[in-house]
Amino acid sequence: MNGILAALRKDLLLTWRGRLQIVAVFAFGAAALLLFSFAIGPDSSALRQHAAGFLWLAMLLASTLSLAESFERELEERALTGLLLLPVSAAVLYYGKAIANLIQLALVGVLLVPVMVILYDAGTLRLLPLLGVIVLGAAGLSAPGTLYAAMTAQARARQALLPLLLFPLVVPVLLAAVKATSLLVLGDPMGQIRPWATLLAAFAVIHLSLCGLLFGRVVDEG
Amino acid sequence: MPTTSTGSSTQLIENEDGHEHGLSRKATMLGMIAVSAEGVCRRYGRRWALVDVSFEVPEATVVMVAGRNGSGKSTLLRTLATAIRPDRGTVRILGRHSQDERDEVRETIALLDHYTHLYEPLTALENLDIVARFLGKNRSREALLALLEEVGLADRAEDPIGTFSAGMRKRLAIARVLQQEARVVLLDEPYGDLDPPGFLLVDGILERLRASGATVLMATHLLQRGRALCSRALVLESGRLVYSGAASEMPGAAANIAGFAEGA
Amino acid sequence: MNATSRAGFAPALVALGAALLCAGSVWGLAFAPPEVFMGEVQRIMYVHVPTAWNAMLVLTYAFACALAFLFTNHWKWDSRLEAALEMGVVLSLLLCTQGAIWAKPTWGVWWDWDPRLTTTAVLVFAFGGILALRAFVDDPARRAVWSAVACVIAFADVPIVYFSVKWWNSLHQSQSSPETVSKAFHWPLRINAFGILFLWTGLVAFRARVAALRLHGEIDVQPPAKLPATSLPRPKGVW
Repeated sequence: MNGILAALRKDLLLTWRGRLQIVAVFAFGAAALLLFSFAIGPDSSALRQHAAGFLWLAMLLASTLSLAESFERELEERALTGLLLLPVSAAVLYYGKAIANLIQLALVGVLLVPVMVILYDAGTLRLLPLLGVIVLGAAGLSAPGTLYAAMTAQARARQALLPLLLFPLVVPVLLAAVKATSLLVLGDPMGQIRPWATLLAAFAVIHLSLCGLLFGRVVDEG
Repeated sequence: MPTTSTGSSTQLIENEDGHEHGLSRKATMLGMIAVSAEGVCRRYGRRWALVDVSFEVPEATVVMVAGRNGSGKSTLLRTLATAIRPDRGTVRILGRHSQDERDEVRETIALLDHYTHLYEPLTALENLDIVARFLGKNRSREALLALLEEVGLADRAEDPIGTFSAGMRKRLAIARVLQQEARVVLLDEPYGDLDPPGFLLVDGILERLRASGATVLMATHLLQRGRALCSRALVLESGRLVYSGAASEMPGAAANIAGFAEGA
Repeated sequence: MNATSRAGFAPALVALGAALLCAGSVWGLAFAPPEVFMGEVQRIMYVHVPTAWNAMLVLTYAFACALAFLFTNHWKWDSRLEAALEMGVVLSLLLCTQGAIWAKPTWGVWWDWDPRLTTTAVLVFAFGGILALRAFVDDPARRAVWSAVACVIAFADVPIVYFSVKWWNSLHQSQSSPETVSKAFHWPLRINAFGILFLWTGLVAFRARVAALRLHGEIDVQPPAKLPATSLPRPKGVW
């Protein structure tokens, strides 16, 4: 536990130092939302209908930027290896990074909500559940995303490789998060949001556990 | 106190399975061998960086690892540090197998590499604080500042590493190694990038480490200095160990290989 | 490594598989009676269902190879993984194609978002992505570990993807998928299933051998000059 706190502190400190990047990622997401609206056209009811989908697509695209960046600092002077040699367990380093990435992604998501409200006329009064969905969705993206970011940061053609590996995997996150957000925005008369939120939570838990176990093999320099 | 090498062999060794091993088993049982390598081979792609390297280093010894560029010094140190694993052969640190007991081994070693293991956006204090937290060591501001004072960086404690020169980064990396208080210290060209006061700093640190009973393996190109400070030397050539013995008695052939004739 | 040893039975398997597949397909396509509701179009089931079974089988085998590699660190599992991944992607692509061929005359669209086929499409990208990963990593050891890890994660994801797509699809009009074939038609199905099974087993064995030989070239290089004749511990599975 001690180790995870130390790792989390390190990663949050790094995130804070690089906070300008969050602004850039948010700008990217906002631009994406704008461009998506052009794909639909000025049909306000259609825009409202699809707002949730576009929000999460924007989040997905934004995640590739922030996830890829998250390991730049670890690899440029082999700081990650340095920590592994102390020794620090790889799983601990993974969880610190995954949680920091989660927070960063969730923050971007929260910042994108007002953009969605304005561009798509798609708001909700149920803010707390919306926050919950954003956090769970961010967790689902961040869990496998952190592991694959570590992998692809050390491979060639890393820009294309991360989305290629990550996107098929996070299809359940996309489906569930879009569905849940849609229910919040468009109304949920039959209270269907629970199972989707549960799916998001289950996905996050499963992948956090699995990737935590496997992370050591991925960063092992061998 | 510097100890003499066991079974000091002053002739060039070429893949000999000799008498050293007989002595070593007893010595290991008595806990006297800090670092041992047996038949270590390491490959990068199709090129072998280390070929059948075998040696033993007793505790509380300062060892110079010499050889030309590309002879395998860094690879050897990284292998001993368990940063990379040998493709063949075994490495033992304080009697423990480097792969089977890797975490325990890592607790006893500290590596100074060409990569500084530092976070560029963070300050000197923050970098040391991270290590202190993970190791459970004293991370009070005074303690960390004292460490920075020792390596001459106290006045830049709050500056991000990104603003540091190469020499300053090296000093901080050295501080990071000292923090770990390891029994086996592996230094890859500690004098690299440093200014003359920095050289004296490293000399002092080596002396201190030896006095505290740590075992030090230091790869360096400063051969005169190394010969003065180290009791033993290992000389590598194209991945092979061509000399293992007292630093002061290095025979002509090994000295030539290490490059003594050419300027150092 | 004895390159010829392991795949000796492979040509026989491929031949047998091809023969069975031909027999089963001919029976199903020409001789079996047409299905009551769907007519001739339903005949594609004689290849579609066996392909589906085998695609799942290959990918499960790939998962097993990935686990085996992670636990034993033996190179042979990496070669087999490579072969199984390729075969899995090929069969999955075939599945999607067959699904589209079936859907167009039946529903009028090329793709009907059937949960199983949609999951298969995701699988194509997931496992195809791992093949892409392999292409971009030069170090054989890293490549092997990373693709094994990615394969484990992708395979663990399969049920989650399937359930989420199923739920997601169930909210729209539920379309009956080509579920079962009535008992009278089981024989051509079984024959084809075994046909494809033998076919892919033989082909994967061949492909694994090719992968192993390539790996042989990359890593099985002896250190130069003499090595002492001691009993140095040889790491497992250099071969």
